[in-house]
Amino acid sequence: MEKLSGGDMLIRALADEGVDTVFGYPGGAALHIYDALFRQDKVNHVLVRHEQGATHAADGYARATGKTGVVLVTSGPGATNAITGIATAYMDSIPMVVVSGQVSSDKIGEDAFQETDMIGVSRPIVKHSFLVRRQEDIPEIVKKAFYIASTGRPGPVVIDVPKDITNPVDKFDYEYPDSIKLRSYVPATRGHAGQIKKAIQMLLGACRPMIYAGGGVVQGNASKQLTELTRLLNFPITNTLMGLGAYPATDRQFLGMLGMHGTVEANTAMHHADVIFAIGARFDDRVTSTPSKFCPSAKIIHIDIDPASISKTITADVPIVGPVDAVLDEMLELLNASSERPNENSISDWWTQIDEWRSRYSILLNPNYDVNSEMIKPQEVVKTLYEVTGGDAYVCSDVGQHQMFTAQYYSFDKPRRWINSGGLGTMGFGLPAAIGVQYAKRDATVVCVTGEGSIQMCIQELSTCTQYNLPVKIICINNQALGMVKQWQDMQYNSRYSESLYEDSLPDFIKLAESYGHVGIKVTKREELKSKMEECFAIKDRVVFMDIYVDPQEHVYPMQVPPPTGSMRDMWLSKTERT
Amino acid sequence: MKKRIISLLMENEPGALSRVIGLFSQRGYNIESLTVAPTENASLSRLTLTTMGSDHKIEQITKHLNRLVDVIKLVDLTEGAHIERELMLVKVRASGAQRAEIKRCVDIFRGQIIDVTASVYTIQITGTSDKLDAFFHSVGEAAIIEVVRSGVSGIARGEKVLSL
Repeated sequence: MEKLSGGDMLIRALADEGVDTVFGYPGGAALHIYDALFRQDKVNHVLVRHEQGATHAADGYARATGKTGVVLVTSGPGATNAITGIATAYMDSIPMVVVSGQVSSDKIGEDAFQETDMIGVSRPIVKHSFLVRRQEDIPEIVKKAFYIASTGRPGPVVIDVPKDITNPVDKFDYEYPDSIKLRSYVPATRGHAGQIKKAIQMLLGACRPMIYAGGGVVQGNASKQLTELTRLLNFPITNTLMGLGAYPATDRQFLGMLGMHGTVEANTAMHHADVIFAIGARFDDRVTSTPSKFCPSAKIIHIDIDPASISKTITADVPIVGPVDAVLDEMLELLNASSERPNENSISDWWTQIDEWRSRYSILLNPNYDVNSEMIKPQEVVKTLYEVTGGDAYVCSDVGQHQMFTAQYYSFDKPRRWINSGGLGTMGFGLPAAIGVQYAKRDATVVCVTGEGSIQMCIQELSTCTQYNLPVKIICINNQALGMVKQWQDMQYNSRYSESLYEDSLPDFIKLAESYGHVGIKVTKREELKSKMEECFAIKDRVVFMDIYVDPQEHVYPMQVPPPTGSMRDMWLSKTERT
Repeated sequence: MKKRIISLLMENEPGALSRVIGLFSQRGYNIESLTVAPTENASLSRLTLTTMGSDHKIEQITKHLNRLVDVIKLVDLTEGAHIERELMLVKVRASGAQRAEIKRCVDIFRGQIIDVTASVYTIQITGTSDKLDAFFHSVGEAAIIEVVRSGVSGIARGEKVLSL
């Protein structure tokens, strides 16, 4: 049997696991591992400029490809810098393996240089973690880490590796296991047959049904099944922020996103529904508004791979624990084998009602911003982006108003195209995530929609784009303020802008981009927006930073009236109008 | 709000216990007592904890515990017939006429005096938590110098077992 050092084993195990790319940053405790990386050519490494960037890049890579993202960092500050990105992946159930260096085993607990208890610090935000105690365990631990990260409800797994474990001198037998079984971890592979039948009966009997599909459909690769089932039943469908793209947004049956900044038609249909079919969604507080007022007449069917997500905030009448693709496959099989269909008259009446809401409220049919404004409106930036990219780009977003405008105005027809931090809401996510996506999809158009606030949280990664020639297109919707904070301050704090303005301290983003060797395009005039955007996307081989000055007073609407008063359908339509 | 006894089998691995405890603080659940030790199979630990909560909360707790990779099997003992025991070691002031009185009390509670000095008894008592509480009242809290309680352990009655 082949004999390898701990460091070599670790990198070889990654290669044997099929890992082609690692995002990371070296440092003392990880140097043996980095040396092992240097002496091989199977696993590529992307050197980021900050460990937070490494985790977001690996996260973006995972979201776009469906593969597990891999991160390599050193101990102490390297590990703690990775924490925000790990938490981001955890909240959105993204498969990720983070290898962190650790001080030597004999120094652990002695407050050694660059020592942090990474297992302890990361504990609440990982699916699982391993501290490597013996070199011989490395292959099995790596196998387990990838298995746990990528199966069931996916999530990040940390492997903390003390430096002595990776020393190049001591060598051990190396064999990578083909498969692994864990007695304490057995994710469900299919749903309960009886529950599935019950769900079908409930769906067939529905008069005002609504399908509510979330990120689980994207992560669970079940878009095909979801689309087939939705069309077969002719039911209206809404996607969560995480689920956008799970069902084609340009399809007639799609009512747009639901929740806080969802469409009025989706939220109102949810409110009046008699059966809600939740698929891979978790009734997040940004979706349900006031739980006690949530969808008062609805029976709820809920498919989720994670039993703990079922009946957590909203009680399910028919819970189904299982992978969404397998459960939907089974439902389709049963439906296709039967001639029973939902009552056509009631469904048709329901559609008449929904179409009435849609014609009255749809922001795509009737834009909810001043289309004659002299200033550029942020919504218009996203609309133009949609037109120029043909709706087919990978769009990574930061967090704030621009994120919501993009979710509202960029119609995603395919899964894994919309990449944003939905659960944790991590500003700074967009650019490094775009780097991860572009690295995986070299020929694709990859966009980072951001704001002048978010972009500055990980702006150092502009340098990474230069090093690896990753021609990400940055669409910075610049409203010269922390827009979402300011919006809330307008709405709830009598426009007292506590620390949400920069007071002329913004950098010249054009010069900044140019200093990294990128192209900068500034847009301040409305009539130039489209031509400049076309200019941006005509440049295929360079990063382009578009700094677009927009109306700083614009708010994101519709917006749900917040708890404890609002139900799903209670929404602000503008600064003065309500549903 | 009911008291529940949740008993589980988990991997006897470093870090496993901290994940269980962490879950409780992280999600705002309460642990009233906790006891943990390896089983006859050294690779397994048996952990018993008591907590208070509504049915909904307890269901969430058990789901989240089950979700932990180290947790293999879990049972809410309070759902069925079960036996619960807690061990208490207690030091009480025992001098003069009190000595006989306390001795009688220990006998009534079927405890044992396991160490004696001229002025102090060290007593061992096992039973349900209620019984241990009742002992305090009987002896009188003024006499008590030090208390060590193990936390509740429990097991289901009859054929029902929690094993691999």
